[in-house]
Amino acid sequence: MTAPHLLVHDNKDTVGVVVVEGLKAGTDMLCVVTADNSSFRLTAKMDVPIGHKIALTDIRAGDTVLKYGHDIGRAVADIAKGEHVHVHNLRTKRW
Amino acid sequence: MVMAMAGNGKSNLRLWGWRRANGRVGVRNHVVILPLDDLSNAACEAVANQIKGTLALPHAYGRLQFGEDLALFFRTLIGTGCNPNVAAVVVIGIEEGWTKRIVDGIAATGKPVTGFGIEGTGDLMTIAKAARAAKDHLQWASESQREECDIADLWVSTKCGESDTTTGLASCPTVGNMYDKLIPLGIHGIFGETTEITGAEHLAKARAATPEIGEKWMKVWQAYEDEVIQAHKTDDLSDSQPTKGNIAGGLTTIEEKALGNLEKIGRTCRYIDVLEPAQAPAKGPGLYYMDTSSAAAECLTLMAAAGYVVHTFPTGQGNIIGNPILPVIKLTGNPRTARTMSEHIDLDVSGVLRREMTIAEAGDALIEMVVRTANGRLTAAEALGHREFVITKLYRSA
Repeated sequence: MTAPHLLVHDNKDTVGVVVVEGLKAGTDMLCVVTADNSSFRLTAKMDVPIGHKIALTDIRAGDTVLKYGHDIGRAVADIAKGEHVHVHNLRTKRW
Repeated sequence: MVMAMAGNGKSNLRLWGWRRANGRVGVRNHVVILPLDDLSNAACEAVANQIKGTLALPHAYGRLQFGEDLALFFRTLIGTGCNPNVAAVVVIGIEEGWTKRIVDGIAATGKPVTGFGIEGTGDLMTIAKAARAAKDHLQWASESQREECDIADLWVSTKCGESDTTTGLASCPTVGNMYDKLIPLGIHGIFGETTEITGAEHLAKARAATPEIGEKWMKVWQAYEDEVIQAHKTDDLSDSQPTKGNIAGGLTTIEEKALGNLEKIGRTCRYIDVLEPAQAPAKGPGLYYMDTSSAAAECLTLMAAAGYVVHTFPTGQGNIIGNPILPVIKLTGNPRTARTMSEHIDLDVSGVLRREMTIAEAGDALIEMVVRTANGRLTAAEALGHREFVITKLYRSA
């Protein structure tokens, strides 16, 4: 199997995780959903470090972001499909 | 690759350990020089320096503690001495009363333990007397042999550190797969990290063996949230939980961190009790939860004090933790960490991210590493001399 660029835990998720080093903007990523081994393609809109998240869909400010099929916090800015998702645009709902 | 089960349904994994007087099995044979208190560290280190092969465990506390904090302190020190990875103990304290309390607590296991008080004697005479006892214990321990034991004699703990998104994808589910395979064989398992379940508390509660145990777990989580987090936080915990290292590794929120953390308990096993910090499990084989901090050294010190003998430690960004008596197996799914910090990593499961390795294969590789470690392979942390021994303190001393 070709090594994927992005892994997604669950089909419900709105973000996936970059699993290769040095991912560049414009890369046509192979994305694999670990829950069922299904795959799809997505273009990275930014350089994103390994381990960091990319939006799988357009996310609006205020939307709940899903990973592992569960709530991991609220978007605090609009995020376009293919963009980097991290502390600048996603916040905890706790604390 | 090891198979966890033979065709007859019995484990074919063989373990060679030291069976202690109380029946528990140790995988290391340490002779520990244990200070009752901060004041006695110097004498303990002098004894350990003189008697080669003994191990001093200096720490910062033991004076003017009271109430629940004092109870936890005694549970931690006595539990450390009782751990089956410890063959024999010399205890040195500033005074004899509390020293005897530690000695008596450890002696209940049937292992050799001798105590010394410094007041009225001074460091030098105490060191001379304690060194003679340490030498006797060491020579006695050096003649005891490993014997063949059953895999069910293993007590295997887990806690992760410097997590990133690869821990939730690879190294934590690897530990979960190990537990799914070894818990049915009769081992004791344990997980903890109360704060780091925040965001996944509904899932953790649902993994209790009974609704009552789930309620007990929820009370522990809620108490920590109310009494510690809400009482002491300044703005929020986002600078501390997730840590700077977590954030560098791509983890954004505590909820995301918690969901990855909980991957360590696998898919099928359920916890059968909720333990106080450093409390020994008493309901037989199975998975336990312990109320611990998420700080690695504190958590591992508590798990060692509860009697666990091998630890599995998933890391993403490269936590380098060790423990003086508990071998800590480090595994990572992050290929950059496996490459740049290779001297700290015992098992590289980054193949999971490349889809070259399944979680089930990674779980088998971890089981093999657990058994090799139990049978004598030194972990990276042991070879590098990581001996972090940190006592959990509940509040200020009197």
